[in-house]
Amino acid sequence: MPVRFARSDRKLLILAIFIATGFIYLARIFYLQVINKSYATSANNNVLRYVTQYPARGLIYDRNGKVLVVNEAVYDLMVVPREAKHADTAQICSLLGLSKEDYIKRMETACKYSMMLPSAFEKQISKETYGYLQEKLYRLQGFYVQPRTIRKYPRAVAAHLLGYVGEVTPGYIEKNPYYKQGDYIGVNGLERTYEKELRGIKGMKIRMVDVHNRDVGSFEKGAYDTAAVMGSDLYTGIDLDLQEYGEQLLANKKGSAIAIEPQTGEILCFISSPTYDPNLLVGRVRSKNFAQLNNDSITKPLYNRAIMGLYPPGSTFKMAVDLVGLQMGVITPNTYFSCQGPESWPIKCTHYHGSPLNVYSAIEQSCNPFHFQVFKAILNDPRYSNIRDRYDVWYKHLFSMGFGHSLKTDLAYELNGYIPTVNFYDKTYDKRWNTMTVRSLSIGQGEILTTPVQLVNYAGMIANRGFYYPPHVVRSVGNMKNKTPFSTRKNISSIDAAHYDVIKKGMELVVERGTATAAKLDNIAIAGKTGTVQNPHGGDHSLFIGYAPAGNPKIAICVVIENAGYGSTYAAPIASLMIEKYLMHTVTHKENEERFKNMNLLYGSRKK
Amino acid sequence: MAPEKNKSIFRNVDKTLVLLYLALVFIGWINIYAAVHNTDHSSIFDLSQNYGKQLLWIGTSLIIVVMILLTDTRFFNVFAYGIYGIVIVVLIGVLFFGKEIYGSKSWFQIGGFALQPAEFGKFATNLAIAKYLSSIDFDKKKKLSKFIPLVIIGIPAILILLQNDTGSALVYASFGLVFYREGMPAYILAIIAGLAVLTIMALLINQFVLMGCLFALAVLIFYFYRKQRKVWGFIIALFIASSAYISTVDYAFDHFLEPHQQTRINVLLGKKIDIKKDGYNVNQSKIAIGSGKLLGKGFLKGTQTKFNFVPKQSTDFIFCTIGEEWGFLGALVLISLYISLFVRIVMIAERQRTDFARIYGYGVASILFFHFAINIGMTIGLIPVIGIPLPFLSYGGSSLWAFTILLFIFIKQDSTRLSGR
Repeated sequence: MPVRFARSDRKLLILAIFIATGFIYLARIFYLQVINKSYATSANNNVLRYVTQYPARGLIYDRNGKVLVVNEAVYDLMVVPREAKHADTAQICSLLGLSKEDYIKRMETACKYSMMLPSAFEKQISKETYGYLQEKLYRLQGFYVQPRTIRKYPRAVAAHLLGYVGEVTPGYIEKNPYYKQGDYIGVNGLERTYEKELRGIKGMKIRMVDVHNRDVGSFEKGAYDTAAVMGSDLYTGIDLDLQEYGEQLLANKKGSAIAIEPQTGEILCFISSPTYDPNLLVGRVRSKNFAQLNNDSITKPLYNRAIMGLYPPGSTFKMAVDLVGLQMGVITPNTYFSCQGPESWPIKCTHYHGSPLNVYSAIEQSCNPFHFQVFKAILNDPRYSNIRDRYDVWYKHLFSMGFGHSLKTDLAYELNGYIPTVNFYDKTYDKRWNTMTVRSLSIGQGEILTTPVQLVNYAGMIANRGFYYPPHVVRSVGNMKNKTPFSTRKNISSIDAAHYDVIKKGMELVVERGTATAAKLDNIAIAGKTGTVQNPHGGDHSLFIGYAPAGNPKIAICVVIENAGYGSTYAAPIASLMIEKYLMHTVTHKENEERFKNMNLLYGSRKK
Repeated sequence: MAPEKNKSIFRNVDKTLVLLYLALVFIGWINIYAAVHNTDHSSIFDLSQNYGKQLLWIGTSLIIVVMILLTDTRFFNVFAYGIYGIVIVVLIGVLFFGKEIYGSKSWFQIGGFALQPAEFGKFATNLAIAKYLSSIDFDKKKKLSKFIPLVIIGIPAILILLQNDTGSALVYASFGLVFYREGMPAYILAIIAGLAVLTIMALLINQFVLMGCLFALAVLIFYFYRKQRKVWGFIIALFIASSAYISTVDYAFDHFLEPHQQTRINVLLGKKIDIKKDGYNVNQSKIAIGSGKLLGKGFLKGTQTKFNFVPKQSTDFIFCTIGEEWGFLGALVLISLYISLFVRIVMIAERQRTDFARIYGYGVASILFFHFAINIGMTIGLIPVIGIPLPFLSYGGSSLWAFTILLFIFIKQDSTRLSGR
């Protein structure tokens, strides 16, 4: 049978409309799916939520395995405003002790941040409140608890050493994209120096959310998730007991006490006083407490005197003068100079002792005129044609002993100290200067400035007969075997080891029968040197450096008590107590211990 | 001609159409499964979920198919008005006894299922139109003959409009193509197209600016035809009519349209861009489709549709699931299937021996095309959001049944075009 096909234009037009529509739609879909990439991005933004997994920071141990810093779990109550519309407001207010106005205010802040994203409603809830909250949480739609860790210090010591963590600043984030807003970072102390090791590795969970921002599971079954890796632990050389003991002795005094193990440069204790409870700078109370500590302009508890305090070394510097003299050959152990006591010129002596005297007795009695003569001999060494060259030799020897430059310890903000240079004197005195001009240097006064950490390093170097490893807190990172690089950084002074024996003998005499008999112990031979430092800020600073046992040094120490008076009265006995505490774990002079613990020298010694 | 001994009801059934139908229904079913898929109800036969129910609708639709094929072809011609009348009564009934869902009072609740009579109005009206245009009463020269078809489509359209289901009412405009095929002058189509352009312009541009432009255009045309005086009057009339129309559109937009209809149009025209509120649906729909890229994310891997970013993703926005999970390739296949279906229907309509069958065929093609164009055009942001289903794909028993009936009455007509039974 014939099939009738109407060959009308009308059919063709209708077919054309159908087909054209098909092509137009396909073109549009092609544009949406293939040409325009923004829709794919929008889709990811719609559905994927990148949830950072914060690792706990590494722990910090002392040299005996006692823990200095631990992490404590805290709980932040988070809220998603959009889901919290029907939450039991009264319940939350009573649990957290909030007024209705507080609640509304906090809710508004959260809403302003985002309706759909969680923000912290109450930070760092106590464990007890968390316990209550957990039982009620099912009735509090839109609220959930997010655990975090914060630092906790089981023994509230070593604040300056450990430093603190704080929220990272926007400027820092710009330079370091690892950090995101709200992240925490080590701001000071070990937390700062070892930030990279302590912080661990942030993890990332990619979650999928539905249109109501409800979590609907992990993306691709977690194939792209990364777990957070906890930060590495730090193993320090600190002796927690000594640290605590030293802080007690220095309580209510301005100053610092640092002890090191001479052979390794490991810091045994690191005290800057006044100090503060490191637990004050943790968590929700941090900013309030920080402001309070920062505003204390009289005692400056945040000020780290041990590495930032600059003091003329005073008489503790005399060994350095002798060492340079011996090394340059301008004196020998048998060189005698006379001392007229208070009548001496140009520098009078403050001690009464026999005259003439050699280097041993001069150290023992801290004789000023003797050391001026040594210094004069150095700056008049006939082997050099002028004073500038001679001064340069002196300068270089001091530099090799760790003066005038930062020791590159592992503590942030360590200062360089200062040894005046030839240029400095040329400028100051218009090139017309001589031994007389710079004579104060011979007794550690004048323009010379040192930090306590430089002084303890100097004591340790003497104990070692001429070498030092930079003082450092951390021995190893992660595990005991992963040593920090300090053990490879041996510095050898430009003074021959034999000359140190002379000096060491003198320092032993200091404690045995010289200026520091107050530090003398029956059972331990201590070598040391006192210093009573004139300064423009008030009473003399009381200084002591030393090491013990003299024959086989295990500890080198530097104690600085600001504006207290004689080195022999304050710093020396405190150092003695600390040495004994470290070596014997107990002290014999209990009366001294009690006296210093209760002594208040914040406003200077009463005698002065 | 097929051998006489083959008495099967599937004798002479157009296999291409049936295959296209089955392919679309199947695509619809697996994509409804993908759209509402969750691990709690992972069985594709779970009757508590949309895909499980859809399978039920598909099964019953196939029963309907068999019933239609068993029915004598002449039944549909003879009872065309009767069926139309019954549907009109039901449409009136739903206004009084219906249940309101999504703001439209167009549902009958029967047990756990809801039935939407408006869906069945389409094939009934198509039957009535085919019956009238093929009857001896129909005379192109008579004014009444031009009027009656408008009444036939107008009654159900108005009833559905009263149910507050604007989208379904608009579908009746698709009969314009049928009328055009059956002799309606082409200029009417041209006027409709012209009005459409003017409408959009009027909504987009300030009416006085637009009138100024039209005036300039009129002056220009005037200049070219200045020697043909006969055209002058026509140009002036056209300008005045256009200007009047523009004012009317502006007035109508401000006074007659509901606020949500106004915003839908504004969103489409790009006048209002607030993707959090009014533009949300279309924007999310475009994101879902766009994120599918060339090859799609794969079956059940779509995130935008599965996590409810796209509203109504198993019904009106089912195309999003396809676009997201099957990519441009999937969209290409789907659109090709539809266009093939429409073209095939037109081809088959043209080979019918009776006017009734041919007109009915064009009606089928036009109705299906209209749904296709509006629905997909909406999901890809070319047409305002008008909630009508995508034939054979969208979830819903009423629409699947109605489209199945619509198509298979035509297939039945075609299969018996040679025998008449």
